[in-house]
Amino acid sequence: MAPERTPVIQLKGITKRFGSSVIANDDITMDIYEGEILALLGENGSGKTTLLNMLSGIYYPDSGEIYVRGEHVSIRSPHDAYLLGIGMIHQHFKLVNVFTAAENIILGIDEGAVIDLKTAKKRILEICSEYGFEIDPDQKIYDMSVSQKQTLEIVKALYRGADVLILDEPTAVLTPQETEKLFNVIRNMRNAGKTIVIITHKLQEVLEISDRVAILRKGRYIDSVPTCDATELSLTEMMVGQKVELNIDRPEPKNCELRLSVRGLSCKNAENIEVLKDITFDAYSGEILGIAGISGCGQKELLESIAGLQKPEPGAEIVYISPEGKNESLIGKTPKKIRAMGVSLSFVPEDRIGMGLVGSMGMVDNMLLKTYNRGSTPLTDKKPSKRLAEQIREDLAVVTPSIGTPVRMLSGGNVQKVLVGRELSSSPTVLMTAYAVRGLDINTSYVIYRLLNEQKEKGVAVVFVGEDLDVLLALSDRILVLCGGRVSGILDARTATKEQVGYLMTNIPEEQEAQDEKQ
Amino acid sequence: MKNSKIAHEPLFHITKRPPMSKLSAFSVRIGAFFAALILSALFVLITIGIDPWTFIKTMIKGAFGVPGAEKADSFSAFWSIFSKDSYFWITLKTACKLLLIAVALAPAFKMRFWNIGAEGQLLAGGMGAAFLMFNYGTLPVYILLPLMLIVSIVCGAVWAVIPAVFKAKFNTNETLFTLMMNYIAMKIVDYFYNLWRGPMSALGMINPSTNAGWLRSIWSGKEAAWFRNEDLIFMFIIILITVLMYLYLRFTKQGYEIAVVGDSQNTAKYAGISVNKVMLRTMAISGAICGLCGFLCVSSQSHTITSTLGNGYGFTAIIVAWLSKFNTFVMVGVSILIVALENGSMLMANTYGDLGFSPASAKIIVGVMLLLIIGCEFFINYKLAFRSRAAKKEEVTE
Repeated sequence: MAPERTPVIQLKGITKRFGSSVIANDDITMDIYEGEILALLGENGSGKTTLLNMLSGIYYPDSGEIYVRGEHVSIRSPHDAYLLGIGMIHQHFKLVNVFTAAENIILGIDEGAVIDLKTAKKRILEICSEYGFEIDPDQKIYDMSVSQKQTLEIVKALYRGADVLILDEPTAVLTPQETEKLFNVIRNMRNAGKTIVIITHKLQEVLEISDRVAILRKGRYIDSVPTCDATELSLTEMMVGQKVELNIDRPEPKNCELRLSVRGLSCKNAENIEVLKDITFDAYSGEILGIAGISGCGQKELLESIAGLQKPEPGAEIVYISPEGKNESLIGKTPKKIRAMGVSLSFVPEDRIGMGLVGSMGMVDNMLLKTYNRGSTPLTDKKPSKRLAEQIREDLAVVTPSIGTPVRMLSGGNVQKVLVGRELSSSPTVLMTAYAVRGLDINTSYVIYRLLNEQKEKGVAVVFVGEDLDVLLALSDRILVLCGGRVSGILDARTATKEQVGYLMTNIPEEQEAQDEKQ
Repeated sequence: MKNSKIAHEPLFHITKRPPMSKLSAFSVRIGAFFAALILSALFVLITIGIDPWTFIKTMIKGAFGVPGAEKADSFSAFWSIFSKDSYFWITLKTACKLLLIAVALAPAFKMRFWNIGAEGQLLAGGMGAAFLMFNYGTLPVYILLPLMLIVSIVCGAVWAVIPAVFKAKFNTNETLFTLMMNYIAMKIVDYFYNLWRGPMSALGMINPSTNAGWLRSIWSGKEAAWFRNEDLIFMFIIILITVLMYLYLRFTKQGYEIAVVGDSQNTAKYAGISVNKVMLRTMAISGAICGLCGFLCVSSQSHTITSTLGNGYGFTAIIVAWLSKFNTFVMVGVSILIVALENGSMLMANTYGDLGFSPASAKIIVGVMLLLIIGCEFFINYKLAFRSRAAKKEEVTE
């Protein structure tokens, strides 16, 4: 369908700065046409979310003008945006947990003192059937899955009469099957004349869903192209601004020795709910073991149990087999003790600043984190970490004003380089990474893949928890799939398909179910 | 603008600034100080009709001057500010006390453990010292004083570790817990105060004749006339602790652990640091220094104990610690500033009390000053972006 050429929203010279040094949006001029699905594509930090936050009233532009249906407007708050028919679905949902779906939808709508839930519910169901949503108006939020909450946010925006919908990275939290469902309703909405803007950095999705792609790079508007004229490679080049190689290497594993053996690992979280159940697997040196699963399926607890940060339930076995052939149990050991035992285990956690690094400290002090206790004096020795910081800055091209600048001030990619650099500097024999490329730009992601492959070739047992199935299938040697805290399958990544993995992410195979019951 | 539904561009909006240079941040703070001074001067002018010049002169005299002296320009007058009852000397002494408590809070606050209980920890330390002074005044000096020192430090540390233990075991709220511990300490002091004073109307100084347990008893006999030395030792110890604390936080492994725990407990656990251990140890240090302050106050300053021993500085020190961003050297300046304000405005109250300038008015001045000085931090971190002129013109032409 060819988009009608009437711009519903026009942005003229929009500039937004955060402080004097950061220009999030630099003089952006672009149009959004009625009845189209526009994908706003750009790497992390290219200013996509900032730009659309100005449309939805979260931010206010420093300069520039916004026209909605030809009229110069000034959007000062989400309420103004709502009056203009602009609704935004944020990455982090803004819902009241103890309310029902219907209550959340009418929350904050000024329709007099008496709440008429009955009519509201009727209208909600009308909207649902019109576009193909599945929603139970009486369901409480805390009973909902992530994808249901997202659906609810969209219905909420439609209920309020939005005809321009902005979705900020809507597929980041969805399984392939849920994504497909979402795309169907997006198409339905477009066919009903709504305008949809999707923020994303996933190229396949852009090609699948959008009518037109607008590309931002480093805060600037680069160009927009009809999706039918675009390819994955052409879009990447516009996004990155240079030619890139989109292939991930996968060297054949060599000299595989058993390095880590996990048997019957179960684990409860702080609320005493079992988050890991009877996990059994082996990790070998010289291979990359990918771990797939919907986020929050026990990936975090699995890695943390091995790293000595979670207390497994009794009966579990985590054995580290050193290259010399010595067996060491890691159960009940703190990270400090594991280090003292001579086990070189590196861990790149999901929460980089909140767990892997100290945000208020510079690179030098962060290098000290695992080695500060060395030496017999009560004083810290910063000379080696200074050298290490300089070296990592140079080797991995970390962009920072100085090695003393708090790492919190660095961009996500540079933060990850600092963390990975430190973890690799201890020449690990086991390397665990959780969502190592989340939020990173394409170039940095490939730097990380290259580093992981280097480690693999050095004979390190690499455990790679990932979310992008394409990457998992391209990088790993074997893939362990988690579903609800259990292992639903271990596949050979060279032969497995995306659909197979996607299926295992949401289903435990029956023969395994039966096996569990027997035990 | 025809669309009345959508309002105009706001008059101003708030945006975060990039980190300011040290110099411009300093000038903002100086600016805030002068703004506060002008505001206070106006307040004084309106309420009691004292002109700003006299107000400032009185404030300065009360903070750094000499009682009675009208001409402070002669050479001998300059030296008289070092006499023991000069306002200058009192300001210095009091600022030291405030400084020591702020220094005691620094490691706890850096660890994000909100120790609001400095007042109680100081009283616990002071109580320990006073107890030994009162009951064991006959012990020889070289036993009594070290014993008092140790007991004070232990008392202060124990008083601070109790909330830390509960926080570690049961995750209790340390702010409320340490706050409540203050009142318990106060009432224990009140209890002993009443017990010891017996039928007398007040306790008075303990061991006034023998000076047992007084810091000056170290150098007995004739040199005791140099009683200012007691102040000098008091100040010397405090400066020493300040420097040591700076080095501790900056260069030691324990200081590093405190910084990591303060930034993120998860990161600390990830690095294998035992958060509870660091918390208990740091609170013990924090309380020990408060206890030491209690000892110094009892032994070298008041020579007795009352529940007002801390003078509320256990709370004021929180402001000092925050204003100086836990940097112990900045605390020196901030402590002097706050005490100078207090003493200056107290002289205002003493001098112009008959015009209606009460001690409460003095507190208003201190409050206004602190509000502006703390408030200016907002303008260091944020700026107000006003609606641009160009945009306004455009609206007119439309």
